[in-house]
Amino acid sequence: MAKRIDVSGLNAYYGSFLAIEDISMTIEPRSVTAFIGPSGCGKSTFLRTLNRMHEVTPGGRVDGKVMLDDENLYGAGIDPVAVRREVGMVFQRPNPFPTMSVYDNVAAGLRLNGKYRKSQLDDVVEKSLRGANLWNEVKDRLNKPGSGLSGGQQQRLCIARAIAVEPNVLLMDEPCSALDPISTLAIEDLIGELKERFTIVIVTHNMQQAARVSDRTAFFNLAAVGKPGKLIEIDDTERIFSNPSVQATEDYISGRFG
Amino acid sequence: MSHATLHSRPASSLRGATLPKWFSWAVAGASAALGYGISAAAGLHSDIQWALIAALLFVGGSFAVSAKVEGRRQARDRTATSLVWVAFLLAVIPLASLTWETVERGIKVLDGYFLTHSMGVVADTEPGGGIYHALLGTLEQVGLATLISVPVGVLTAIYLVEYGRGRLAKAVTFFVDVMTGIPSIVAGLFVLSLWILILGMGYSGFAGSMALSILMIPVVVRSTEEMLKLVPNELREASLALGVPKWRTILKVVLPTSVGGITTGVMLAIARITGETAPVLLLVWGTNFINANPFQDPQASLPMYIYLQYTNGSEAAYDRAWAAALTLIAFIMILNLVARGIARWKAPQTGR
Repeated sequence: MAKRIDVSGLNAYYGSFLAIEDISMTIEPRSVTAFIGPSGCGKSTFLRTLNRMHEVTPGGRVDGKVMLDDENLYGAGIDPVAVRREVGMVFQRPNPFPTMSVYDNVAAGLRLNGKYRKSQLDDVVEKSLRGANLWNEVKDRLNKPGSGLSGGQQQRLCIARAIAVEPNVLLMDEPCSALDPISTLAIEDLIGELKERFTIVIVTHNMQQAARVSDRTAFFNLAAVGKPGKLIEIDDTERIFSNPSVQATEDYISGRFG
Repeated sequence: MSHATLHSRPASSLRGATLPKWFSWAVAGASAALGYGISAAAGLHSDIQWALIAALLFVGGSFAVSAKVEGRRQARDRTATSLVWVAFLLAVIPLASLTWETVERGIKVLDGYFLTHSMGVVADTEPGGGIYHALLGTLEQVGLATLISVPVGVLTAIYLVEYGRGRLAKAVTFFVDVMTGIPSIVAGLFVLSLWILILGMGYSGFAGSMALSILMIPVVVRSTEEMLKLVPNELREASLALGVPKWRTILKVVLPTSVGGITTGVMLAIARITGETAPVLLLVWGTNFINANPFQDPQASLPMYIYLQYTNGSEAAYDRAWAAALTLIAFIMILNLVARGIARWKAPQTGR
């Protein structure tokens, strides 16, 4: 069910401001692709173009092609809502729905889409929570509010919520930046398991994390503040961190920049 | 405070001389007594005068003593605190006195009989009778106004926060602002000319409800708008990223998260229109008899009842006016309590 993403000639704008320019890359199915680069270089913006969340921001607009297997996400007649069911997303700050219990949070995707059978809901919730390595910690408190969990648990709850709708691709926007090292480790282990089933794209500021979890790494940079962000290179993670083909990548990774 | 602590420098630079906790209360008590004494000696009879003297003595006295003992910074801090307390008392006194006055005068004839009988059986000048017809009228008129205003107001607010961009949204915001400032008599005159004079309908509770909605809608829009803006954008994005359509996101995520605040806003808006007299005077008239049908014929209402009883001028009518006023205040207070209860019950849970 994991699908390949093929991006070509993608530009994203905020109003008249060009945020990222001319990005082309291929993201392999059943692999983890990490995006690294300095703040403001457009990693998150690019990530959000992959499930059409970019256009939710006022003034957000995209041109170019994003192929999910053989379907262009920006093609005519494509429903952004349907795209987001295929391409799930986990955000930087854990954001469980505050009015819902742990159970309801995981079930939210199915319930709010109205396509579920009551009998299968329990199974989906348990499977998703197990998939997010959270089941053992919350199985006795499924009816307690989701916002009562710790930060790391909340983030895994959000991952469970995202995988409950069985997407093909899972986008993660700095999923560990608000978490302590132990919760981070739990999520990194989880990413390793999830890549068996999903195509995973992760934005991170933590170079070690990119090296630990990803198969491929893409380095983004921008020429100056106010200039659009660009993809500098994408390659196997091992190669990016040992012998990148572009000098800027090596400078960034080894801390010689600016 | 011993003499020594006042003049010797403290051993540690972090530790300064401090006045004991009861100091403020002592100064407050002393200045109240002193203020009363001064005004008695000077032959001033007004309560306001001695209270003002006491307030000045309290602020000045705590500053002077504190400046001497604790230093200028703490003295200024105490002055600010005292001013806040004085302002608080000034705000509370009229409220407390109004409540006291109403309860004292209103409790006389307020009983089960008063709440369950109309004025149809007694003359206005005689004791007896009650407010059942007025209570019923107020409940129906306010209920109808709420039924009209809440959907219109909440949907307008949803449009403004979730969809509104560009000129139309700006225009709507502007007109809501203008509507907030409409005097109630103008709203009444508008419905009078449109509904009764042009369309030729009769006086009825519903006509009054329409005027009340004009007053209520902007309040509902404003409070709902503020509550919707408080819902973190991350929740909307989380829902959208699950592939939930926007309208469902609003219905199932945004509204449930803010329903407590919206309810409070609606209740406050209801409280605001319940006491309106002008539109009722123009559109509903009043009657001494029970009229349960808000769509036909004049109806009574509490504000109108109070006005009519007061203008009647007899002793028994005065008592009834005060009792009706007490009922009105109690009604609004109960509404507020219910609103707080709902807000607390529906607030996003944080417990473990």
